[in-house]
Amino acid sequence: MANVSAATAVRPLRVPATASARRKHPAVSGRLPVLLLFLPPALLLFSVFVILPMGEAAWYSLYKWDGYGLPTQYVGMRNFELLFKNGAFLTALKNNAMIMIISIIIQIPLAIWLAMMLAHRIAGVVLFRLIFFLPYVLADVAAGLIWRFVYDGDYGLFASIAHLLGVETPYVLADKDLAMYAVLGVIVWKYFGFHMMLFIAGLQSLDKSVLEAAEIDGASGWQRFRYITLPLLGSTVRLSVFFAVVGSLQLFDLIMPLTGGGPFNATQTMVTFLFNFGVARMQVGLGSAVGVVLFLICVTLAFGYKRIFMRHD
Amino acid sequence: MFDNLRAKALLRSRFIARSAATGLALLIAAGSAAADTTIKWMHLEIDPNYLAVWQKIVGKYEAEHPGVKVEMQFLENEAFKAKLPTLLQSSDAPDLFYSWGGGVLKQQLATGALLDLSEAMNAKDGAWVKSYNPASVKGLSYDGKIGAVPYSVGTVSFFYNKALFAKAGVDATTIKTWDDFLAAVKKIKDAGIVPIAGGGGEKWPIHFYWSYLVMRDGGQKVFDAAKNGQGEGFKDPSIIKAGEQLAELGKLEPFQPGYLGATWPQTLGVFGDGKAAMILGFQNTEANQRTNAGDKKGLSGDNIGRFAFPAVAGGAGAVTDTLGGLNGWAVTKKAPPETLDFLAYLTNAENERAMAKAGMIIPVAVGAEDGVTNPLLHESAEQLAHSTWHQNFFDQDLGPSVGRVVNDVSVAIVSGQMSSEDGAQQIQDAFEQDQF
Repeated sequence: MANVSAATAVRPLRVPATASARRKHPAVSGRLPVLLLFLPPALLLFSVFVILPMGEAAWYSLYKWDGYGLPTQYVGMRNFELLFKNGAFLTALKNNAMIMIISIIIQIPLAIWLAMMLAHRIAGVVLFRLIFFLPYVLADVAAGLIWRFVYDGDYGLFASIAHLLGVETPYVLADKDLAMYAVLGVIVWKYFGFHMMLFIAGLQSLDKSVLEAAEIDGASGWQRFRYITLPLLGSTVRLSVFFAVVGSLQLFDLIMPLTGGGPFNATQTMVTFLFNFGVARMQVGLGSAVGVVLFLICVTLAFGYKRIFMRHD
Repeated sequence: MFDNLRAKALLRSRFIARSAATGLALLIAAGSAAADTTIKWMHLEIDPNYLAVWQKIVGKYEAEHPGVKVEMQFLENEAFKAKLPTLLQSSDAPDLFYSWGGGVLKQQLATGALLDLSEAMNAKDGAWVKSYNPASVKGLSYDGKIGAVPYSVGTVSFFYNKALFAKAGVDATTIKTWDDFLAAVKKIKDAGIVPIAGGGGEKWPIHFYWSYLVMRDGGQKVFDAAKNGQGEGFKDPSIIKAGEQLAELGKLEPFQPGYLGATWPQTLGVFGDGKAAMILGFQNTEANQRTNAGDKKGLSGDNIGRFAFPAVAGGAGAVTDTLGGLNGWAVTKKAPPETLDFLAYLTNAENERAMAKAGMIIPVAVGAEDGVTNPLLHESAEQLAHSTWHQNFFDQDLGPSVGRVVNDVSVAIVSGQMSSEDGAQQIQDAFEQDQF
């Protein structure tokens, strides 16, 4: 253990050291002892808990392995082939895309609209902010369970409403055509509060004088929003979209108690697919292949997005 | 200001040093053990009454063996299945854990994570091994290795609500064949009653139907051939016929509304609340429906009847062939030696009798049979005693990946999402992928 940490500690450290030597930067050379002292723990943690598992997943994904002992059966790219032939995985990809789109076109406008109303200091505003923010505070698993009860066709809220209206109770979570929409509804309900808070913070940092000037010049409310507020909020919108994209790729713990990816895999996301088909079926190689695909998609989207849209933020 | 910063930096560095030290200490401490022996027993039981029986047994054992502590660890069924591979390889592995036998246990045994119990059980002239009925030991043995200590045996059969049957004018004793069964389902539905409580959400409660039909249509020969990759495998005509019969049942819409989202406890609740006339369930269905009913009382025992899964006219299987579990306790390699002693105690005739009396299990310990006093449990035990072929649950027997496909396919066929042919093809594909 000690040798390993010493080795990992020394090697990466040379990089900043030589760089600083080359540039003869006084500030950096003065920081060298600090670097020597503070970098190893962080580097060690990062490599053990981030780099190493990623490398392991990439390695496992080339094997057919049930998770016991060490992987021995090398199958090359076969896991990836199986993956892209698997209907449930394709559904999962489609669902992830759908979650992303819904988050962007429904959730974010809703959040902006609410934020516009709640950004001003009026009576009761804090209470409303709290109410809208509450779903986000709730644990995902708890939210999934609560909504499972809401949608329940025998005892749930939906059942009571249908009963009042005198129509037949829909069993939304048991219907493969409706279940995903039900899940999307829960996702919007759960996360809009978080985006709303982002926008409230963004709105409060706006320069009021610009808006006042526009008002004096006779700009209507919509014009003020469209030509001043929204452009000024740009960086917040971009950040919010970024969170929505990355968050939707990682969606798992809300879906598991709600539908578990069912019925007929209609509500699988990539991560629930990884669990249901990789972990639960003891096909760790296949599961790792999902992990690799997910990682590649995440990295591409995150870096591409940052590069294209968030250059100036 | 500057001093303040310096002080803060100092404090922070101290904090970091301290955290690092604690981390190291934790790493080192993980290997040490207590002076006394602790046996970690991992189980999936949620029924408080059952747990109380176990607690009593543990209490007695600990009193007789000072210095030995039995620590009960609970994991929920699905979480247990998912976590076990990782757990078995960690330093945190349980010493003994619940097993359904079948392909999963075989896989675990092959990896060397488990203790081969043959030596211990056959020692002293096999006194220990002889205390169980031989079929149960054989069912948990693979390539001459005993993989788990036998604990209980079970069978799946139909349980019905007598009052609802009377209301619909159906006589359960006349249900002998699959056609009789379908006719009964129609009649019950026409009377405005939900014929069957089904758990499509967890899927395995539906796979009982497909499994039983395969057993009734194809018989042992066809299933064993499929399991060993011989002949036409899962695409055997009799297996496809079984799927078609399942689709026929599905067309009658026999289950409660929303059954595709229902978990097993909810399904038992539907039956226990008197909202469905039948359920295809385990030997301890009577106790289970009580626990899961809305009023916690459920149906009274004398309102529940039981019949075996019906025969298929012209099928190769017999009505006396049974599908069901054979459960045991597997022991990990690193378990303290006291684990075996405790297991022998837990599954001895006296304790198995007590558990049978509580309606928990059909015992496998020789001489504990008289503990089965509950009439419905007794009927299941009788059927098992005369079983012409006892087959473990398909989803356990075929191993985790093929087993789950069987579950998926069963639900897809009964709900009309998939044809029997496509289903058989999918299972065959999964099987071949598994063999690859």
